[in-house]
Amino acid sequence: MNGPVTLPRVADTRVDLLLIADMIPSRSRVLDVGCGEGDLLHVLSTQKDVDARGIEISQAGVNACVSNGLSVIQGDADIDLVDYPDQAFDYVVLSLTLQATRNPRRVVEEMVRIGRHAIVSFPNFAFWKIRLQLLTRGQMPETQLLDEPWWETPNIHLCTIRDFEDLCRDLNLVVEKRVYLNRDGTATWFSSIEQLGNLFAQQGLFLLRRA
Amino acid sequence: MTSQPVVTPAGSQPVDQGFSVELGHERPLRLDCGVELDRFTMAYQTYGALNADKSNAILICHALTGDQYVASAHPTTGKAGWWERIVGPGKPLDTDRYFLICVNVLGGCMGSSGPKEINPETGKPWGLTFPVITIADMVRAQARVLDYLSIEQLFAVIGGSMGGMQVLQWAHAYPERVFAAVPIAAAARHSAQNIAFHEVGRQAITADPNWQGGNYLEVGTVPRAGLAVARMAAHITYLSEPALRRKFGRKLQDRNRVTYGFDADFQVESYLRHQGITFVERFDANSYLYITRAMDYFDLAAEHDDTLSLAFEKTPVRFCVISFTSDWLFPTWESRDIVRALNAEAANVSFVEIESDKGHDAFLLEEPEFDRTLTGFLNGAARRRGLPA
Repeated sequence: MNGPVTLPRVADTRVDLLLIADMIPSRSRVLDVGCGEGDLLHVLSTQKDVDARGIEISQAGVNACVSNGLSVIQGDADIDLVDYPDQAFDYVVLSLTLQATRNPRRVVEEMVRIGRHAIVSFPNFAFWKIRLQLLTRGQMPETQLLDEPWWETPNIHLCTIRDFEDLCRDLNLVVEKRVYLNRDGTATWFSSIEQLGNLFAQQGLFLLRRA
Repeated sequence: MTSQPVVTPAGSQPVDQGFSVELGHERPLRLDCGVELDRFTMAYQTYGALNADKSNAILICHALTGDQYVASAHPTTGKAGWWERIVGPGKPLDTDRYFLICVNVLGGCMGSSGPKEINPETGKPWGLTFPVITIADMVRAQARVLDYLSIEQLFAVIGGSMGGMQVLQWAHAYPERVFAAVPIAAAARHSAQNIAFHEVGRQAITADPNWQGGNYLEVGTVPRAGLAVARMAAHITYLSEPALRRKFGRKLQDRNRVTYGFDADFQVESYLRHQGITFVERFDANSYLYITRAMDYFDLAAEHDDTLSLAFEKTPVRFCVISFTSDWLFPTWESRDIVRALNAEAANVSFVEIESDKGHDAFLLEEPEFDRTLTGFLNGAARRRGLPA
């Protein structure tokens, strides 16, 4: 089953998920929104003794998770986050799913409401190859990360790293950490330089909290 | 051939009558209706073995017309247990691993106190003098059985339909006594449509002259027709239109053309009649009145200003809510309401909707996805509880 984007895996786990797992201390309470087949939840609950829960939109993903003993419900980031009480979790994770939500701004707001921290990753639409494709071909770009044609992609709200920084400022959020990622999900060497990140990173990964 | 297996008249395994315990002497059971029972009997079955620290007990809650014979032959019909499919060594409810208990509900007719049993005060059958009971009363009575067995905390409470209502009631009333809860094809309140169907069933029973105002046991009659019609109407609600179409369509019963009469021309009629007739052999009409009423009265949110989440405030229980796509008696949205309420408490909850065209009865039937879900959830919970794999 594919999520909104296609990514390489190492030892059966997406590399960028391991970076996310590194941001989360042991024994925290975590909600993974759009948890797919539960890779991150599995790493967190088996290696870090985390109280890990998930929401997944596809029933097949949910059933796979629950069959593996993970606590997951069928639900939608746009609809179901409102049910949770304030600060119910230490971390709320949204990995490569923001661009597939109907109302990304509202989703991020909900995440920092129900979690003390939010971890958001998304494909960077300002990546140089994307810019180049649009410039030279004049057509919607397709990259390894965003590999579906415009008419069937679930990614309806693509943004750039700079756009996301703007949104965080707008929502008065503190960016506790930003990591710029390569295509394979590893961190780039220029992770502190926004200019380079917006041009050369395929993916942005942000650790946020309310100011 | 050197030895012959024991064969009962029904051709099934020898009947195991199970256990029964009389309770209430020291501590009467106070019912929701205000009546106190100071002598009541609870009949139950167990499977598997209780471990040394009594941490592997699972309570199975049976449905409206179910009983405690989960995985052993029914003493009246000789038929296999109603959940034998998933209960046993190596099965989802693994008897090598868990100690399973199923108690005949209070108000039932398989050995627990109910309208069919003798009122110890009068020496006559209770009949309609038996107090009206609720789902909460059933659960209170089950808790007394667990007290008697010295089981402080259940590893899990599992049940479908009315059994699922009991699971929710358990999690609500005794959160510290339940580690994990699996309400299947259930709801936190009985819907108007379901109350309506129950009323049809009750009217069918009480309209039968053999019901005798509820005194049929004393008079020596059986309201067969009424109870059979109640079962037929109810049975339709346990199926789905696609399942009926797949199983029967408009096929005729042992004939090539319709007979222009009111005999069972169609297979579906013949099937329903059979369901009605066989049900009467194993179930008590007054019990049917009492238990359907208990379901009608069930509404977990009612005592919390209609806010269901308050019934699960800060619950420590791990939940796995399961529904089936074609179940129109306890549709998925009712399970979703439970999940939403649990989310409002940030409870540990899993929710799976199983794709099935078998209707409400799907939880009793072959559904591999359901088995995987139940096994996976229990495995995850067992890890958390520290039970050996």
